[in-house]
Amino acid sequence: MGKTLFEKIWESHIVVEKQNEPDLIYIDRHLVHEVTSPQAFDGLRMNNRKVRRPDLTIATMDHNVPTSDRSLPILDQTSAVQIKTLENNCKDFGIKLFDINSPNQGIVHVIGPQLGITLPGSTIVCGDSHTSTHGAFGALALGIGTSEVEHVLASQTLWLEKPKTFEVRVEGKRKNPHAVTAKDIILSIIKNIGTAGGTGTVIEYRGEGISDLSMDQRMTICNMSIEGGARAGLVAPDQKTFDYLRGREYTPKNYESLVDSWRDILKTDSDATFDKQFILDINDIAPQVSWGTNPGMTCDIDEPIPSPDKFSNGDVNQKKGAEKALEYMALESGTMIEDIKIDRVFIGSCTNARLEDLIEASKIIQGQKVAPNVSAMVVPGSQMVKKQAEEMGLDKIFLDANFEWREAGCSMCLGMNPDILSPGERCASTSNRNFEGRQGNGGRTHLVSPVMAAAAAINGHFVDVRKLDLN
Amino acid sequence: MKPFQNVKSIVTPLDKVNVDTDQIIPKQFLKLIQKSGFGKFLFFNWRYDENENLKSNFVLNDSKYVGSKILVAGDNFGCGSSREHAVWALDDYGFSVIISSSFADIFFSNCFKNGLLPISLESKMVEKLLQETNIIEVDLEHQIIKTPSEEIPFEINSYKKKILLEGLDDIAQTFQFEDKISEFEEKSTVPSVL
Repeated sequence: MGKTLFEKIWESHIVVEKQNEPDLIYIDRHLVHEVTSPQAFDGLRMNNRKVRRPDLTIATMDHNVPTSDRSLPILDQTSAVQIKTLENNCKDFGIKLFDINSPNQGIVHVIGPQLGITLPGSTIVCGDSHTSTHGAFGALALGIGTSEVEHVLASQTLWLEKPKTFEVRVEGKRKNPHAVTAKDIILSIIKNIGTAGGTGTVIEYRGEGISDLSMDQRMTICNMSIEGGARAGLVAPDQKTFDYLRGREYTPKNYESLVDSWRDILKTDSDATFDKQFILDINDIAPQVSWGTNPGMTCDIDEPIPSPDKFSNGDVNQKKGAEKALEYMALESGTMIEDIKIDRVFIGSCTNARLEDLIEASKIIQGQKVAPNVSAMVVPGSQMVKKQAEEMGLDKIFLDANFEWREAGCSMCLGMNPDILSPGERCASTSNRNFEGRQGNGGRTHLVSPVMAAAAAINGHFVDVRKLDLN
Repeated sequence: MKPFQNVKSIVTPLDKVNVDTDQIIPKQFLKLIQKSGFGKFLFFNWRYDENENLKSNFVLNDSKYVGSKILVAGDNFGCGSSREHAVWALDDYGFSVIISSSFADIFFSNCFKNGLLPISLESKMVEKLLQETNIIEVDLEHQIIKTPSEEIPFEINSYKKKILLEGLDDIAQTFQFEDKISEFEEKSTVPSVL
């Protein structure tokens, strides 16, 4: 019987295989950042261990870094200590670091692909759940905890139980691909499968609706696999994938011969079967807006907020969850999404802060101004994205519209740096999580695409971007 | 890692589904560079008001549950961020068993690295335990939860059970396969980054 892409990558990375026990899997790329690594390096020190393969390990600082003027000292002392600790650890253990002043600094999941570090068919880990982003290149990319970070640093391997396989097939064509984006596809998928729908599985996204997408868009899809509970998400590499990685700073020298070796192997065999399947038809899909406190609590832009009864489909606990979510969000069921007013707009994060996201958002705001009483910011995913955008004049478009234009980092996606919502503030955000307090204690997050966020900034409330002229 | 001991305790009922790791330990506490001392920040936004006074309506602040070692919660516990700080906070607070109808994968894996036992039970059983007011016992060796009225069996992967019971150091285990790792590296066609 044929094999799925995931099974092929898994099997080609088994170092030790035992009956009824986890497999020891080799890790080709380890990405490290300041928040989930200090205790791992401490563990190495305590046990007198070294980093086995510094040449497969890359570090950057993204979660904690201020996105304001980088020439100023970091005011938050605990952040400053954590950033300094990463610098010291990288120095002590011989790891390449893109520090706060490096032109390659950025959100770890934005810089990996951009620098050609992410490769098809490889195994990639990082102490961050959105590592699934790299799956867009046909890599098996897993988010791990700090103990596992330490394990990979020491051994370049991990004991892993083989996940199940989950086919998410996206069929059809979007009528207006500028208005209905990859973000809307993945939010629709999560809305349907639920936030635990993918638990214990690796999703492979397939079908015309996926192969039509650019690499930036595929990354948005794979990024949010974890929001559907999946261990990882991936897309089989194709010509777009191979072209994207060609000629980047860390793309391997023997790249063309690697591409030749990948081309026929890195795909699911036609007779392979998956453990689970979900099909989404995107012919008539609408822009999505989350209304609750997890990404599954999402509806179409032209729908009213559902009642907890309707949302929960008879599940008492889910109903309670929806009631609590509406209370936290200060919303009532029946309210039309377009009638929800917002205070803040955040265009950023490893989900939606790549060049294409910024280009699409800039088209919406060109020549317009952010609504009074709304404060809006753009935080590019990496310094390189920022530079490319500035070369295109996008910074000027955003600044002219009264957006703030910031330095790269995770920023208000999780608010570990000074970029946070105040209690009660409502934000249209291109990030990935609308959990209670995620963007600031008491803050209320609505997850949307970059174009939806941009349109909300201009109008002061959500609008259906399908009604705008986007061509 | 300390070996897992059987636990006798009352249960703390956290009757919520989809408890994410942002709630278990909010972001502002992830800046610390050590593993200890996270217990006081556990469920911070649910436990404390804006002036950092205890909220009387949150279950952990009910004096009945002081010293409880077993947390029972709704479906999909530990979803979201991979932050192991969530497990460090639960452990430091005093919990050593978490019972739910399902766990998010990364959280589940993180538990075993820190000597915490996550137990998945059928929803009906979790509902029952949320109401349990007596002391119960969790016996990992025999995979049984003993309440005054019944014995509830639970499943656990034999390898994970061994890790907990013996308090094994994962990395030391892996180093026994050093030759296999080197052998793999010699054959690998994936180039170095640098």
